[in-house]
Amino acid sequence: MNSQGAARAVVIVGAGQAGFQCAASLREKGWEGRILLVGDETEPPYYRPPLSKEYLRAEVSSGELPFRPGSFFERSGIDLILGDEVRSIDRGARRVLLASGARLDYDELVLATGAVPCLPDVVGASLSGVAVVRDRRHADELRERLPQCRSLVIVGGGFIGTEVAASVAASCEVTILERWPRVLMRSVSAPVAQRVREVHESHGVVVRTGSVVTALNGAAGRVRSVQLADGDALDADVVLFATGVAPRTALATAAGLDVSDGVRVDVALRTSDPHISAIGDCANFPSAFSAGRTRLESVQNAADQARHVAERIVTGTVRAYGTVPWFWTHQYEDKIQIAGIAGENDECVISLGGAAQAFSVFRVRGEAVVAVESVNAPHDHIRARKRLAAGAIPLAELCALGQPPLGGSHRGLQPRKPTP
Amino acid sequence: MASVTFLHADGTSATVEALDGMSVMRAAIINDVDGIVGECGGQAMCATCHVYVQGDPGLPPVGTDEEEMLECTAATREANSRLGCQLKAGRDFESLTVRVPERQ
Repeated sequence: MNSQGAARAVVIVGAGQAGFQCAASLREKGWEGRILLVGDETEPPYYRPPLSKEYLRAEVSSGELPFRPGSFFERSGIDLILGDEVRSIDRGARRVLLASGARLDYDELVLATGAVPCLPDVVGASLSGVAVVRDRRHADELRERLPQCRSLVIVGGGFIGTEVAASVAASCEVTILERWPRVLMRSVSAPVAQRVREVHESHGVVVRTGSVVTALNGAAGRVRSVQLADGDALDADVVLFATGVAPRTALATAAGLDVSDGVRVDVALRTSDPHISAIGDCANFPSAFSAGRTRLESVQNAADQARHVAERIVTGTVRAYGTVPWFWTHQYEDKIQIAGIAGENDECVISLGGAAQAFSVFRVRGEAVVAVESVNAPHDHIRARKRLAAGAIPLAELCALGQPPLGGSHRGLQPRKPTP
Repeated sequence: MASVTFLHADGTSATVEALDGMSVMRAAIINDVDGIVGECGGQAMCATCHVYVQGDPGLPPVGTDEEEMLECTAATREANSRLGCQLKAGRDFESLTVRVPERQ
C-alpha cells in the first residue's frame, strides 16, 4: 500500500474539536487524497464548550451541538468512522487497526485523542449520583439529575467546576470544593480568581478553598454526602468531579512514541515519528508563550494546531506552530478572557476598565507583559492578543502613563505583587 | 419562520429557514452553508462568523463584545459588518440577506 499512484490518505484519530478541524482544513487547503476521521463516540463531531453552560441549562438542544451536518462530510469527501476506535498503530506499515477489525493505511497520521477526566482515588467514587462532564453523554446524565437535585457538590474549582456552578446556581444549592487556596489556580491570577469567587458567592454558591475530599458516603448505592479531611461532611444529591483531565496517550505509548504529560511533539507538532502528528488536548508541545513545554486544553489550541498540521500536510512546508494561546469562560454576566500564558510567579498589574465590573490583569515577567486576563474588558483582550502575536509586550509600554499602550482606559494602574 | 439568504463571492447564494431564536451563524451551520465557521460556538469570541448585512433590515446596534471582535475579522471590516452569532431570527429579523466574506 501507499505505493505510487495510490490515493494518499490522512487518518485522524479522534473526532473532537481538533480532529474535526484538521479534517475540514485539509480539504479546504486543497488535500486531494483520502481523509478518514475516526471517533469513538457514535454521534458526529460537536461543540463541547456549551456542555458546561447553555446545554446544561437546556438553552441549547442536542441538534444545535454538531459542528456540521452529515451532508458536509459527504460533500467534503471526509470518511467519518464513528463508534469505533483505533487500537494500535503499525508504524512500519503505516497502518492502524480499529476495534472493529478494520485496517486503515495512512501516509500521515494525526493523533487528536483528547483527554479524559481524572477521578481522584476516593472511596465511593463509583456511587450513583457521581458525575463528570467531558462529553455529551456525561452532560446528558447530569442534566437528567439536576431537576431532582437539591444540593450539588462540585469537587474542583477550575473552569469546568465554576462554569457548572454558574449554570445551576439558580436551581439548587451548590458548593465548590477546591483543594488549593483559590479557585482557577492553574488558569488565572489571584485578583481574577477573587472576582470569580465573589460573583459565585453573590449568587449563593458556597466556595470552600483548601478543602480535601477523603470519601463519598452513600446509601442504597447512591451518594449522600461528601467527607472532608477537616472532619466536615456535606450533604449531596449529586457530586461532580471537575478535577482536571489526563491526556489520552495509551495509543501513542503502545506505538513507542515519546510521551510525557501528553504526546511529545516538536515545534511543527510532529511526534517522534515524522509521519505522525499530535494536536489539541493530547499534545505536549514547545511553546514560545510558556517557559518550556506545555499542553493546553482549549478550543483555540485545538483548532489552531489542527489548521497548522493540515497546512503542513497539504503544502509539505514545515513551520513552527506559534499562535497566541487564548481562553475564555463565561459565568453569570461575567466574560473572562485570557491571552497568553502566565506562570504562578508572574507579577500582576491591574488596570481598571471604563465600565463597572471591568478590569484587566497584566501579568509581568521581568520587563515584559506575557499574558493579559480581562474581566468584561474585551477591548483589552483583543488588543493583547494582537500585540502578543508579535512577542511579549515591553513593560515600558504598559507603564507609559498618559499613552495607554494597549488602548482603552487605564485609569488607576496599580502594580501589585501576586498574592499567594 | 424567518429566513436568511447567504450571498457567496462566486455568485451563488443559499436561502435557509431559521427557527425563532436561532442565530445567523447556527442557521448557516445546520444547513451546511459554506463560509461561516463559528469556531467558538456563538460566544462572540472568535469572529469567524463575520457577515456583511445587505440593505437596511433595521437590526439592533452592534454590541460591546461584538464591536471588539469585529476588530479582528480576517476579511476587511465594513460599515455593514456583523457577527452572525449575534443576530437572532425572530428577535432581530424576519428576512435577512448577508454577504459571506472570502475569509474568516
